[in-house]
Amino acid sequence: MPLRQKLFAIIISLFLLVFIIELVRRKKLREEYSWLWLLTGTIILILALWYDMLQWITHLIGASLPTSTLFFLGMVFLILIAIHFSVKVSALNTQVKNLAQENGLLKNRIEELEEENSGNRNEPRRTYSGEKEEKREA
Amino acid sequence: MITPAKILIIIPAFNEGKTIAQVIAGIQDNAPYCDILVINDGSPDATAERAKAAGAKVIHLPFNMGYGIALQTGYKYALEKGYHYMVQMDGDGQHDPHYIKELLEAVISGKADVIIGSRFSKNDKSYPYRAGWIKKTGIILFAYITSIIIRQKISDPTSGFQAINRNVAKFYASESYPCDYPDADVIIMLHRSGFRIKEVTVIMHHNRNKKSMHSGLKPLYYIFKMLLSISLTLLRKRELLNQRDQRICP
Repeated sequence: MPLRQKLFAIIISLFLLVFIIELVRRKKLREEYSWLWLLTGTIILILALWYDMLQWITHLIGASLPTSTLFFLGMVFLILIAIHFSVKVSALNTQVKNLAQENGLLKNRIEELEEENSGNRNEPRRTYSGEKEEKREA
Repeated sequence: MITPAKILIIIPAFNEGKTIAQVIAGIQDNAPYCDILVINDGSPDATAERAKAAGAKVIHLPFNMGYGIALQTGYKYALEKGYHYMVQMDGDGQHDPHYIKELLEAVISGKADVIIGSRFSKNDKSYPYRAGWIKKTGIILFAYITSIIIRQKISDPTSGFQAINRNVAKFYASESYPCDYPDADVIIMLHRSGFRIKEVTVIMHHNRNKKSMHSGLKPLYYIFKMLLSISLTLLRKRELLNQRDQRICP
């Protein structure tokens, strides 16, 4: 691999790694989501530094140029990350659904309680005698 | 019945302001022993106010979430409040409240756990219900697939007019319920969970004003989703949802 290409790949992967770590440090990205990205950055770095490994993989997958191997691996990682997001979005969907339903049910419960309470306030005497009766029964 | 069973009618409604009051009045005439619950699925129109004025209980969802989710909210409510039997209906006047009694009788007698009101009579194969050709093909296709898989004649798997008992409600309120298009796949899931399904012929009124849930390109998505959902249901292990021994006796 030409030196220029190698340097470029190393710089890109280092930049990616530092950027992701910085995002996690500033709590803009959760650790949970960062690992796939960190893995991507690390693998690009390893392959850029270790040319023999890249050539071996190129031979293994039958690609003609080491650069296309890098592109191919990059694509695979992007697909994995997209799938990871789809899974997360599905989980979030379910959570939002449950929250919305719970919200509706709770709102209804509050309305019911408010109606009961306002009924009591209008007739304080009845409530009072009711309590007395309860005590008597006890 | 020794103690009267508590029955809830669940109506998921999105922008049904024009028809909802009429539907509720129809239910009150035909089945005065039932409580009525309208799930207002984030409608911007007067659905909720009209339903409340007509004497129904109303639950509001904070935004539009779709038919299946609204319906499931109703079942969660029914379970929380201890209802024994539930009937689900549409708010657009498509389902005739006259048949509520018939559906309920079948489920209360214990002959089946789910009673589906079918718009097609058992012998008539002409499918008189007016619908787009894709939807019609879909209904016929899934009616056949469902019938073959569960080894029982199902003529209208798309029907949203159903009466169910508490055990089925538990299944409907669980996470295995497919909320986006609850349809033929639900019938297959119910069958695999060991619930007994029965169809009763009902008359459905065609609603001209309303744009159907299955309009535009949606029928294609519907067919695709249903095929996928059915195949995946068959691939899964039978879920242990059969709680027949815990059946409630009213």
